[in-house]
Amino acid sequence: MSRRCGLAALGLFLVLSAGSVLGELIPTPDFSQHPIPTSSVPSAAETAREYVDVVSLALALGLATYWALVTRSRRSLFLLSISALVWFGFVRKGCVCPIGATQNIALAIFQPAYVVPLSMVILFVLPLLVTLFFGRTFCAAVCPLGAVQELVAVRSVRVPGWLHHALSLIPFVYLGAAVLFAATGTAFLICRYDPFVAFFRLNGNANLVIFGVCLLVIGVFVGRPYCRYLCPYGALLGILSRYSRWHVRIPPDKCINCRLCEDVCPYGAIDRPTVDPTPADVARGRQRLAAVLLTAPLIVVAFALLGTRLGGPLSLLDPEVQLAEQVRREELGLTATTTDASDAFRAARRPASELYAAAGARRDRFGHLGIALGVWVGLVLAVKLVSLSVHGSRSEYEPNRTGCVSCGRCFWYCPVEQVRLGLIQDPAERMEST
Amino acid sequence: MASSSQDSNRRDFLVNGVRVAGALTFGSLAGFLAGRKGHAAENVWQLDPDKCIGCSNCATYCVLDESAVKCVQCFDMCGYCDICTGYFDVNYNALTTAAENQLCPTGAVIRKFVEEKAGQRFYEYTIDLETCIGCGKCVKGCALMNGSLYLQVMHDRCVNCNECAIAKACPSQAYVRLPADRPYLLKQLAFTLLEAKARDPAHGEARALMNKVSRR
Repeated sequence: MSRRCGLAALGLFLVLSAGSVLGELIPTPDFSQHPIPTSSVPSAAETAREYVDVVSLALALGLATYWALVTRSRRSLFLLSISALVWFGFVRKGCVCPIGATQNIALAIFQPAYVVPLSMVILFVLPLLVTLFFGRTFCAAVCPLGAVQELVAVRSVRVPGWLHHALSLIPFVYLGAAVLFAATGTAFLICRYDPFVAFFRLNGNANLVIFGVCLLVIGVFVGRPYCRYLCPYGALLGILSRYSRWHVRIPPDKCINCRLCEDVCPYGAIDRPTVDPTPADVARGRQRLAAVLLTAPLIVVAFALLGTRLGGPLSLLDPEVQLAEQVRREELGLTATTTDASDAFRAARRPASELYAAAGARRDRFGHLGIALGVWVGLVLAVKLVSLSVHGSRSEYEPNRTGCVSCGRCFWYCPVEQVRLGLIQDPAERMEST
Repeated sequence: MASSSQDSNRRDFLVNGVRVAGALTFGSLAGFLAGRKGHAAENVWQLDPDKCIGCSNCATYCVLDESAVKCVQCFDMCGYCDICTGYFDVNYNALTTAAENQLCPTGAVIRKFVEEKAGQRFYEYTIDLETCIGCGKCVKGCALMNGSLYLQVMHDRCVNCNECAIAKACPSQAYVRLPADRPYLLKQLAFTLLEAKARDPAHGEARALMNKVSRR
């Protein structure tokens, strides 16, 4: 105890007798022999690592596309997805990935002060371009998040259509929220709530580990729940895949409509051939489309109005707003406990009024963002309703280009594929030979 | 039949149009962002030591097993005290380098005798970056005196996560993004002292450090 007092007294003495150069600090002594060194700091890490990521991504995308579309080999795709899980997941620790890069791109577009590395731009754009031409081969065997779910999808049940369409809106809402939060520099939501990165790092937030385990357990029965009903990048890829130039086909040749493939797809991504609509169906369909088109603007306006109420809750994720709220509660005596953040704020001796003003400005900004998010959700819903009211016609079993992740599970079950591989004889040829 | 082939032609045309438009959009987006890179450096995380309160979150929240945050010593701010509040635990037994007297849990602060002047003994304190875990105990201790010890994100270790886990956990919001070609922030006072030192042609190492430091 006395020693502690001694230390404090010495400190006080030294502070009082401090020289003028450093204000109230103890002066650095002027040594006769010993020059005062300057500490050094290490330089920034090599950027070579980033380009290893870009090259390995391009290589994996190339292989996945080749094996899905040309050789049609499920086994190769499966092995590639395991390698991707090991390399992008466990070795590179799931970071940086194209899914998360979405946010860097959003931040770079909205805040010019933030400069995104070229490697990250390539990482973001490359899978999008490949999807635009070849379908979602990125999801098939390159994405480590997809790979870990692909492994557990063994007992799939078919998700009812209404539930599937409702849930498939979530990725778009998530995408909108992630872009808004990234653009304001508040948070990188996709990274913060990544359910599998804790497995890759063998370390992480307990709640997210539980979330990840839940997703894997659900994934046994509902194939790839994260990819289908959460992944914001998957939402983008789904749109692009719809317009892809080449896409995996289930039969390598003419479909014989045996419907063996339909049951094997764990992702419910195979569309049946359509039956020709009757004139009454056509008339009803037109009426429905007209009704949906008329209500679409109303939906957007309604969600924009709902969005005006979103600003408050959204701003609660902002650390400055959180701090202002905590400080306000402390000043009003509403809470007796202080947080580390409020202690740090008081130690900095910043006036509370300044903090309130800053937090108020942030809140206003989130008010506008809430409306933007509302409009976005309304648009997504309206487009979904319109797309549900428009029917294409199919004469054979086809992969649903939005939902199909090119995993190649259906190939093996297709009799036409078995003929191509020479494992069974073409029925038509057999008839001729007998 | 004619109308159905017309339909499919029209559909193909639309689909091709969308694809070309999509490819052009992504191409120009990439070009735009890549072009901007020509004007400024990429960004990396750094902590502002003037805002740091030494809460020790840096040691535990980093996604790396051993944090990318380490302590550095600004020798020009150091008082070379015998009784160093950044080195000795408040309950020290003796002014020796025995482990029980030290504040640092890993013994990463190295104490070396320099000179004795006017009955006062002066010691130099350096940080062993290999053993430092970035807990900030010495930073908090040193803050009682000169505050010459402070934490920094070391860029040979930092993997520059999108959402820096420490930045998220930092109670004083001390984490900022800096341009990668000047990835360090010094304490305001340390910066002023370094600037003065770098003007002296004898101090090449000070100028080298100046080149890595961002101005506020």
